[in-house]
Amino acid sequence: MRILVVEDDPILSDGLRAGLGLFGATLDVVSNCADGRAAVASSEFDALVLDLMLPDGSGLDLLTEMRADGDLTPVLLLSAQDEIADRVKGLDAGADDYLGKPFDLDELAARVRAIGRRQSGRASPYLSHNGVVLDPAQMTATVSGERIKLSRREFAILAALMRHPGAVISKDDLEARLYGWQEEIESNTVEVHIHKLRTKIGKHRIETVRGLGYRMKLDAA
Amino acid sequence: MNSLRSRLFVILVAATGLIWLFAACWIYIGAKQEVETVLDARLQEAARMVSSLVPSSGMPPAGQGPTSSHVIDIPSYERQLSCQIWSLDGQLVAKSSGAPATKFTDTRAGFSERKIDGENWRVYTIEDHTKGIRVLVGDRLGQRTHLVAELIKGLLAPMLLMIPLLGFLIWVSLNRGLRPLRIMAEELQARDADDMSPVDVGRLPKEIHPVVASLNALFAKVQAARQHERDITAFAAHELRTPLAGLKMQAQISMAAPDKPTRDAALRQIMVAVDRTTRLVRQLLTVAKLDAAHDIEHNTTVNIGTVLDEIVSALPASDAGVQIAIDPSLRRTSIDGNREFLTLAMRNLHENALHHMPDTGVVRWSAESTSDELVVFVEDEGPGIPNDEIALATNRFFRGRHKSTVGSGLGLSIVELALRSSGARLSLQNRSDRSGLRAQIIWPISRTVRQSEAASEHIHGNAPLRLRAAS
Repeated sequence: MRILVVEDDPILSDGLRAGLGLFGATLDVVSNCADGRAAVASSEFDALVLDLMLPDGSGLDLLTEMRADGDLTPVLLLSAQDEIADRVKGLDAGADDYLGKPFDLDELAARVRAIGRRQSGRASPYLSHNGVVLDPAQMTATVSGERIKLSRREFAILAALMRHPGAVISKDDLEARLYGWQEEIESNTVEVHIHKLRTKIGKHRIETVRGLGYRMKLDAA
Repeated sequence: MNSLRSRLFVILVAATGLIWLFAACWIYIGAKQEVETVLDARLQEAARMVSSLVPSSGMPPAGQGPTSSHVIDIPSYERQLSCQIWSLDGQLVAKSSGAPATKFTDTRAGFSERKIDGENWRVYTIEDHTKGIRVLVGDRLGQRTHLVAELIKGLLAPMLLMIPLLGFLIWVSLNRGLRPLRIMAEELQARDADDMSPVDVGRLPKEIHPVVASLNALFAKVQAARQHERDITAFAAHELRTPLAGLKMQAQISMAAPDKPTRDAALRQIMVAVDRTTRLVRQLLTVAKLDAAHDIEHNTTVNIGTVLDEIVSALPASDAGVQIAIDPSLRRTSIDGNREFLTLAMRNLHENALHHMPDTGVVRWSAESTSDELVVFVEDEGPGIPNDEIALATNRFFRGRHKSTVGSGLGLSIVELALRSSGARLSLQNRSDRSGLRAQIIWPISRTVRQSEAASEHIHGNAPLRLRAAS
């Protein structure tokens, strides 16, 4: 999952980057509304973790703008004000979830997964297609009931492909899911990871659409 | 009597009663005079009438003729008036039926009063020399008094009956008149403790507008204070919980970290977070202390230069290229104030200046004085504060767009509080000569400010600037 974090506290945002990274997410971190606005406008994210009290305004303003623009990216609000009225206000402004500070890393990760799941219209927490089942919470994968070991990045790519089976996902999109802006992109990584994935789950399952990208093959044949 | 209504009621009833009483006395006196005038005129009239009725041949003396035939029958006057006719030589010629036999008066003519058989009489005498008679017409005074008394009684009786009615009317009108007050009181009573909306002046009589206006002003003030308090609480919650959230997260990362570098990085972040939180707590405690300090003593003479020396030497050594320049005039500058608070304020300003300095440059402390102000200021060479944020910079927990990672947003509000309780104020402005902030501590000159020339002689008397590496 590619997640944008808008949080001005350096230690907390560093913690979010490292912590959600442990759960296989790729994070981009900005520290104010203006940068958040720019990020949302230029890239697509699977979820947004948004702090309310930011140096140049309230996270609620950013959220309201996004929703007014028809942006459906799931948003989880982080706030030190966790009175009921504050939660209601945040949720009514278009947030999908609300978490008061301080919070538990596992809970945050679970909530982020949950809002991402709802966004893609799935009821099950597992991603499954043609016998391949991914458990985003545990970062485990099974193929035809047999457990296979995937690296964090392999898992991220497979999860991205399986979220919309049959849809073509470009190499750039996959790269964006692997690396935040701050990370250096190694060349050919996507190809390398796809290659490794194919050896692990079966060559025929991932299809290359020349010039466009990759997709999960729809029929298991 | 605390009730406005009872007070007004008593005042109104007493005043009305008093006026009524006065009016009654006036009427009594007036009526009495009037009655006397009228009755006297009647006496005169009657006397003249009787006198004219007597035949000009005169009347036989009462003793000589048949007495009964000489009793003058003037029945209409019988009840109230009595008449005697005497011959000039002192014989009773005739008298009315109710009249006493004793001669009314010895007065020859005009009015007189006399007591006969225990009764007071007012008598009018008229003499007719041609007829040789003297006619005396008398009136019982008792009857006159009775008449006046009846008159007054007739007046007073309805009045007495009216008093309760009047009281009732006054009471009802008061209730009606005071209704707006009661409505306002009920409205205020029915309010929630949180409801600070202004009372609607529109329906209220204009006499209580000033009260309502003051009340509304008070509401507004309380409201603003509450809002301020709420903001502070929200900010404090944010500033306290965010580092805690960071701490918790980093702790969880260090526990869950798959490799040593990740764990070490998380532990390092924990250390930083603990330091920051410690600093924040210290500053919060300082703010609380300053908030509580209302009656501090500022009768010590504090030398600004000495305070600065202490601050600079207490700072941890730094090998950066930042220099600290302290103008020698500061060593000659002393103010009367609280040393602890002044040190606190200046240390915060100094640390602030150092935080925002680029790698090299000069932090400069100096002083200026005008006819009514003494200004001690520090200038840094940092980015300054955006002009639209400068007014907000001293707000608690305010951190601008260019905030540093170590700031808690409390430093400048601590400075402001500490200075305020020492009688000075803080003024921030961006430097006009280059980028950087100029923070000024301003004392009104009426505070005892001493720039002792004597003290300057042995401490760098005329050195232009004392440059000194941040040590």
